[in-house]
Parts: sequence; structure tokens; C-alpha cells
Amino acid sequence: MATAFEKRPAGSGWVVEDHASFRVARTTFTDQDVLERERAAIFDRCWLYIGHESELPNANDFVRRQVGGRDLIFNRDRKGEYRAFFNSCPHRGAAVVREDKGSTISFKCFYHGWSFNNNGAFATRFAAGTYPEDFNRDGCADLTAVPRLAGYAGFWFVNFDAGAESLEDYLADAKDFLQVVADHAADGMEIVGGIQEYSVRANWKLLVENSFDGYHAHETHSTYLEYLVDAIGGPAELFPSRGNISRAYDLGNGHAVIEGPAPWGRPVAQWIPAWGEDGREEIAAIYAELEQRLGKERAEQVAYGNRNLLIFPNLVINDIMAITVRTFYPEQPDYMNVNSWALAPKGEARHFRKRRLDNFLEFLGPGGFATPDDVEALESCQRSYRNRAAAGWNDISRGMLRDMPLADDEAQMRAFWREWDRRVAEAE
Amino acid sequence: MATIERADAAAQAQGGIPTRSQIEDFLYLEAALLDEWKLDEWLALFAEGATYDVPTTRAEDDADSADQLFLVADDYARLQHRVRRLKKPGAHSEWPRSRTAHSITNVRIVAVEGDELLVRSLFITYRAKNDVTDCYFGHHIHRIRAGADGLKILSKRSMLDMSSLRPHGRVSIIV
Repeated sequence: MATAFEKRPAGSGWVVEDHASFRVARTTFTDQDVLERERAAIFDRCWLYIGHESELPNANDFVRRQVGGRDLIFNRDRKGEYRAFFNSCPHRGAAVVREDKGSTISFKCFYHGWSFNNNGAFATRFAAGTYPEDFNRDGCADLTAVPRLAGYAGFWFVNFDAGAESLEDYLADAKDFLQVVADHAADGMEIVGGIQEYSVRANWKLLVENSFDGYHAHETHSTYLEYLVDAIGGPAELFPSRGNISRAYDLGNGHAVIEGPAPWGRPVAQWIPAWGEDGREEIAAIYAELEQRLGKERAEQVAYGNRNLLIFPNLVINDIMAITVRTFYPEQPDYMNVNSWALAPKGEARHFRKRRLDNFLEFLGPGGFATPDDVEALESCQRSYRNRAAAGWNDISRGMLRDMPLADDEAQMRAFWREWDRRVAEAE
Repeated sequence: MATIERADAAAQAQGGIPTRSQIEDFLYLEAALLDEWKLDEWLALFAEGATYDVPTTRAEDDADSADQLFLVADDYARLQHRVRRLKKPGAHSEWPRSRTAHSITNVRIVAVEGDELLVRSLFITYRAKNDVTDCYFGHHIHRIRAGADGLKILSKRSMLDMSSLRPHGRVSIIV
């Protein structure tokens, strides 16, 4: 695992660092031309999360997804192969899928009735003479597939750049952390029904920073922490083998994670007093299975470790009191759309699933006891960038002089910003 | 000028099945208490052990928070905490607090069983803060008990009939 936060010379001019200071220009959150560069340099070229394998359990299943500004179909064909297509009829462009999800062996455009097999092949017959004999020989009437589609540890990604590096190379050391999340259950993980779909009137990169910002918790989330003391019935036991220290790790290619002891209950597998003595035994059984399957070190990491993971540019997996999978895209410099899912072990006991979802809702999402305050903070930052002509820079230098950055330092954000800087500079 | 007391539907409800207008008064009272940020009085409308749910948009009326991600799925203890939290300055999303207008309409008593009523209504809730106004709309499903202690809410489920919670970033108010 990479731990050194290697410095690179700044390229775009929007990110400026020396040995002890790191600053980001506030125009990166406000300017339309920055967003245009991000679209070209980042969202058109990076691997972007489209969905989890559990959302397509059977052949012919599909979901509709908005990814990187595109309207996509993510599906499995009749043979069970994973596919992803642009959701546009090649004839005039109308959407061929208008539901959120379903199961079908073919897609049909409602405008003129053109049909397609679920492998994308054109499947409409016309009266002889309507079109030339060799119509669609070049595939112009097939659904257009996304240039690249690949999965890792159950997480599926698309890339709109056909020449991009492989997903595995792209993920670099983040692969291990995706595997940690996949390792929670012997039978695999699944997305639990229901998507939190909301928006924030702020730049998308502010949510990147916020998603693995260990520094803001006490100030922003005091009311949640007060609630927690009462709700969990006393403090949870902390990470036994790691000295109870939360660290930040640079995972390469802009990916980074903060990891440390969980002060709250984790349905896999850290007990809190509120779950009672029966719950203690059940948690012990879950932990025993983890240790038997994964070994002691990995089992401890799965059970007792909080992880806030960013897969560059915009996939956040927070493996905390519950597991959230979250993506977000800019609509405008000061406005983003967020989608958030809950991930859980397959075959989890119903009362543990309920605890997990309760944990999720207590903290996370538009009705939680914490996320709305993050939204308030991000929107407040965004409004204040009206002052950027006089006050033009954000400071992201916390902990820069430490060899081993802590989770409430900002090394993880610097990892993101260096990659952002490199890619945006290349787009010039 | 005579003072008009706030209609206390609970008192009127004693003896027999409440009428729709009594139920309407009760729901209007609930709406007014939220708009006036009288959260303790609002909480007192709920029976002990009551629940308050807000499923995600596009969920079904019978969605179950034990196997589906919601936005809010409060048992009574968490509902009490929600009120306690919202009154603190540390609940930054509501400090300074937003202005709201909770509008209730199309009230129907759809089932009566013993002293319990199932009530459906439509809501439109406006929320304004930081020069931004958001609109939430949908339908409420209240289970209400008409007992010796007046009308009490046993459960409240607020279904957001929007296709997504956009452009809103939060339901930090009670919809």
C-alpha cells in the first residue's frame, strides 16, 4: 500500500503547492471553463462507476443510469453478459428505455418502433425495398455500446475513452480497498432497494473533499455525536491491533482513503451495548466467520475499520456505520446531482439489515442527522466564492509536514487535487 | 374582538368516530405547529411508540424500512432525538432555521377499525432558506387513534411524489 504522498509539480495553475503549503483556487468551483475542462479531461476519460453486479442478478436484467452526463442502459444480455449502451435510438434519438429498471429480452423505441436485442443488435424487419439490402452492414442501426465496460470486485465501471488504460491499472492500490468491502460476506454483497437521489447547490469537488474529510466531524456533526452517545449505549470497542489511529492513504491515480477505528456499531462486525447480549453473540459469530475465511488481520480490518474511500474522480464508498455507494456529477459549476445506494452482505439476518439501514439513516442522506449539515456547509462555501476576487484560495495543507498523515489531515484531498491538476493541465 | 382559540380537534374527538373536518383540523394543527417551529408540541401529537417514515421518491406506499433504503425511518426514540437535534444551533441545516409553509389538502378517512383511523391527505410543503425556495409534494398516510386522550398519531408516512429529491439537498425539516 502506498503511504508516501509524492509531490508533483503543479500544472494547471489552479493548484499551487510547495513543501508546506497547498492551495486551490476558488475559481475551480465557479468557472464554466473549468467545468468544460473537467468534462473533457476527467469525465470523458476516467473510469466512472455505473452500478453493482447485484443490481443485475439475472440474464436480461437492466437498469437505467446517468453517468458522466450520458443517459445509459446497464444490462445483461440473454447469455448473461454485462453490457452498457447509450440510451438513444440510432434512428432519431429517443430513449429506448424509459423505466428505471426491469427485465427484457429486447428494447423498443416508442417513437417509430425500432427494436433491438439486449445485446444491442438491430432487430426490426421492414418491407422489402424500404431500405437498401445492405442496411446496417456498418452497425449504424444497432444500439451504440459504451467504449469500455469492466468490473472489479462486483463494482462495474464505464469509460468513454476507448484508449483508456485497463480498469485494474486505473484502480491501482484502490483495488485492495474495493476487495475489503467485497469481503464483508462469504456470499457477496448486494445493493439494498431504494436510491437516495438528491442535489446540492455546490461544486462537485466540494463533495469529494467532504466525503473523506475527517477534520470536520466534531464541528459540523456535533448533534450526531451527541445522539450517538445516547443511541449506542456506550462507546464501541476500537480497532485492537492498529493503535486506534486513523490514517490517510494515497492509493495512486487520485484515489485515496482514510481508515481507522469505528466509534459506532458495525453490523459487520462490531458490537455496541444497544444490541444486547443476544446481539453480542451474533456479532461474535459473524466475526468468527470473517476470521476463519479471511485471517485475523483482514478480519479485524473488515470488522473494526471505518473506511472513507474515494475512487477518482467521483465514486465514494463509505464503509462506516453502514456502507454507502455514492456518485455525483456536476450539472453546473455550482450544482451537482447525487445518487446514493446502500450496500450490504447478501444473506444478512433481517434484524441486522434493519440495524444497518437504521445506522445509515441516522447519519446519512437528506433526512439524516448529519448529511443535511454537510449540505449546508458545502452550499455556504459555494455562496462565499462570490468573494473569490478578494479571497481567492482554499487551504488544504493540514498535516503536510507529517510523514504518516492522519485521517483528520488533508493528505487524501491533496492526492485528489494533484490528479485533478495533472489531468486538467493536460487538457490545455 | 373575540379571541378564537386554536381548534383543539382532540377534545372534539371524544365520543364516536371523528368527522373528516375534525381530522382536517387536527392535520392543520400539525402543519401549523411545524410552521411555527413548535416542535415539542408537534411531538406531543404522537402516541408513545409512534413512527415517522419518509421513503425514497418513487417508493411504494407499503415499502418496508427493514429491507429498503429510506430517507427517514424514525422509531419513537429517534423521533424524539430528531426534535431535540433540530432545536440545537449545531443542527446547522436549520440554524438559522428555514421558513416553511405546510399545506394540507384532499383529506380522506379511508379506513376505520375500532378507535383507529387511516387517513390520507395531500401535502405541499414550501421551504425557504438562503434565498432559495424548495417545494416538496406528496401524500401523507396517518394512522390516528381516537381515544380518551383525544387524537394521537400512531404512525405518519410521508410519500414524496416527486421523481427524485432534486433540486433539494435535504429533508432537514419534517415534511
